[in-house]
Amino acid sequence: MSVSIASQVKPLELLDVSLSFGVVEVLRDISLAIAHREFVAVVGPSGCGKSTLLKVLSGDEAPSTGTVTRQGQVRTVYQQDGLFPWRTVTENISLGLRFVTDDQERQRQLAELLDLIRLHGFENHYPHQLSGGMRQRVELARALAGDSDILLMDEPFSALDYLTRLRMRGELVRLLEERPRTVVLVTHDIEEASQLADRVLVLTDRPARIRREITIASPRPRDLIENAVVEAARRILAEVDIESPR
Amino acid sequence: MKPGAARSVLLPALVAAALIVVWYFVSAAGLFPPSAFPSPDAVVKAFAQEAKSGRLFNDIVTSLFRVSCGFLIAVAAGIPLGVWMGQKLPARTALLPITNFFRNLSPLAWMPFAILWFGVGDSASIFLIFLSVFFPIVLATMAAVAGIPAVHFQVARSYGLRRFEKLTQVTLPAIMPQVITALRVTAGVAWLVVVAAEMIAGRDGLGFAVMDSRNGLRSDILVVEMIVIGVIGVLIDRVLVQLTTIPSVRWGYER
Repeated sequence: MSVSIASQVKPLELLDVSLSFGVVEVLRDISLAIAHREFVAVVGPSGCGKSTLLKVLSGDEAPSTGTVTRQGQVRTVYQQDGLFPWRTVTENISLGLRFVTDDQERQRQLAELLDLIRLHGFENHYPHQLSGGMRQRVELARALAGDSDILLMDEPFSALDYLTRLRMRGELVRLLEERPRTVVLVTHDIEEASQLADRVLVLTDRPARIRREITIASPRPRDLIENAVVEAARRILAEVDIESPR
Repeated sequence: MKPGAARSVLLPALVAAALIVVWYFVSAAGLFPPSAFPSPDAVVKAFAQEAKSGRLFNDIVTSLFRVSCGFLIAVAAGIPLGVWMGQKLPARTALLPITNFFRNLSPLAWMPFAILWFGVGDSASIFLIFLSVFFPIVLATMAAVAGIPAVHFQVARSYGLRRFEKLTQVTLPAIMPQVITALRVTAGVAWLVVVAAEMIAGRDGLGFAVMDSRNGLRSDILVVEMIVIGVIGVLIDRVLVQLTTIPSVRWGYER
């Protein structure tokens, strides 16, 4: 039986990770292995430590105990203001291409990325001149530029209005089809998790532990009202105690 | 020209004209002797005379030179120190109280020492201008650096920016809007200080000229100098406000 290298090497792996800030225990005994090109969503009550978990995955926070292994280049997409406001759209995306030394090649890839996010004509605009949805598209392009492997997303669409958020989900699925990545999406939007993820991790209140894993087998893109999505949303809601009163 | 633009020239001109008319009638009414309240036409004559003799021009150049020197030295020293204090908490803890102390000590209180150390002339005025600019610039830069959102540095790290690149591509562009605002404010202060400094520690310059006119009871020339000082102050700010039109700093003024 042949097993590809890709399926053996886990791009991201946490082993018994705990993290405390002083006396505040944020993460407790989290073990997690994320497969190559897997899309994992992390949901949980607000303030439970979702974003902290993402910072541990990215390396911005070191765990108090436990080990983190990372294979490949990690990039994070933030909720808002992740772009450098003093750089234009082109200059921001170029940040993701800074190790492409050949000037012509960089220009070619830049044009390709602008195509991908359909922002031609906005090359020289600054972030504050764009709508929230456009800004997040630029951030996605920057994160997908070059040879990045792992995409971490910290509530990337939560600052957007509902319709823009729906559109951005479709946009993300399309972009990942063009440029497949291993993705970890932190969100409080249960609908978003159900529509996008292969696997949803439901966290407990602080200190966060993994309360439940829910796998969603249905292929992407998924309709919002498709059975697999509705069923997954129902299961997540039950896990976060929305359905049953305390 | 758009109607709004015409109005923005016309209305201020009208106010200035009204002020001159009031001035004219007060002086014509003879409430004060002409030596204490010169008439507008006496001032116009004095202006022509001063411009022709070249003394006014020399004083302007002298004062501008002193302000430029003091200002540039203070900015060149103050921004790096402010960046350092903004980045390093121990540096901030150690230096912030003493910086606040000097920030709140009027630079004019240094005047006797300035004269004792540097004598009467350029250096004493430059020293006082330096003091009036340096501490506010340090504090403004420090606050701007300390307030840079952490997310910018996380982005810098994940895109592999090195230490020096973080300084030139994140820290400095991130603080530019606030630093430019501080430059405008402190340039205004420096222009106020130079006049006071030259009154006591100068043998030339606009401040000295004001004192000289008072001693010679030439209130007509005094008014000429006051108008020139005010106009130059406004022009300095008009020049510095151009910095806020740089495309890469606009974000700081539009939110």
